[in-house]
Amino acid sequence: MARIIVVTSGKGGVGKTTTSAAIAMGLAKKGHKTAVIDFDVGLRNLDLIMGCERRVVYDFVNVINGEASLNQALIRDKHCDLLYILPASQTRDKDSLTQEGVGKILEDLSKDFKYIVCDSPAGIEKGAHLAMYFADDAFVVTNPEVSSVRDSDRMLGLLSSKSRRAEQNEEPIKEYLLLSRYSPDRVKLGEMLSVDDVQEILSLHLLGVIPESKSVLNASNSGTPVILDEKSDAGQAYADIVARYLGEDKPHRFIDEKKGLFGKFFGSK
Amino acid sequence: MNLLDYFRASKVGSASVAKERLQILVAHERSSRNQPSYLPQLQRELLEVIKKYINVDQEAISFNFEQDDNQETLELNIVLPDYHPKNI
Repeated sequence: MARIIVVTSGKGGVGKTTTSAAIAMGLAKKGHKTAVIDFDVGLRNLDLIMGCERRVVYDFVNVINGEASLNQALIRDKHCDLLYILPASQTRDKDSLTQEGVGKILEDLSKDFKYIVCDSPAGIEKGAHLAMYFADDAFVVTNPEVSSVRDSDRMLGLLSSKSRRAEQNEEPIKEYLLLSRYSPDRVKLGEMLSVDDVQEILSLHLLGVIPESKSVLNASNSGTPVILDEKSDAGQAYADIVARYLGEDKPHRFIDEKKGLFGKFFGSK
Repeated sequence: MNLLDYFRASKVGSASVAKERLQILVAHERSSRNQPSYLPQLQRELLEVIKKYINVDQEAISFNFEQDDNQETLELNIVLPDYHPKNI
């Protein structure tokens, strides 16, 4: 049986697709056969972040409609043999997804894969609902910013009431906080909510902090998940997150500011 | 503590304001998340009844639904308009 992870946030632009790509790659690199599914029907982008946009032939909706088999639609990642991508449809709308169709695909994937990562679209409409409905674990991606924290809290409410586990009175979805675009120096200046502030408001288990980093844009420019940039701070942050999720004991990093010699004397904004 | 922090210390950060606003908002939204689905309808109908007798507007009426382990409380608060004899 596979473990189904939803990467969700409510708010757009906080780093859901970046996170989905990174953790799916991280899990696969750790030796677990992993599938990552784009639920953003009509606005697919996971293919671009994974660098497989030119290899998309069939998509999620084709499989639901029986126009292609799962094996035809799954794209094997060029960096890792254990990672497969199921792209969203670009031409259909979100109503093409059905609960039965999504459930069937996840059930089929579960036979063969260890982890299934569902990249949720922003918002709380059908695509977002179906991305989280079957989940076992939820990675709630939050920025240290008021609208993102509020939307994350809203998603937590939905995870605990509108998911399969909630409806069938099963053990609830395990929820984890991933705090992204974090700037320790701005936190120190009192300009940004701190990890503790966000945790206090959301009362979530912190899986990791991803610092604001130039490497994220560099990674998306080239279509390589940022976790493969092992020298970058964001890449290392995601590697830590995957390790912690798999039960390894990794102390949290990137929470305190790191300064060079110049910064030690003069500070930096 | 570096040299520039000394000058920055006088500036009050906006993060504390953000935290306070969020704490209030999130607490409010969490409490309304658990309220029964008939509550908005009940609120509208009660307002209609009250308006038949008293000239009040929507803002003068507040509903508060609270829930703990063994009881649910629905609190209804109506601010009656000021009494001005010359207006009658």
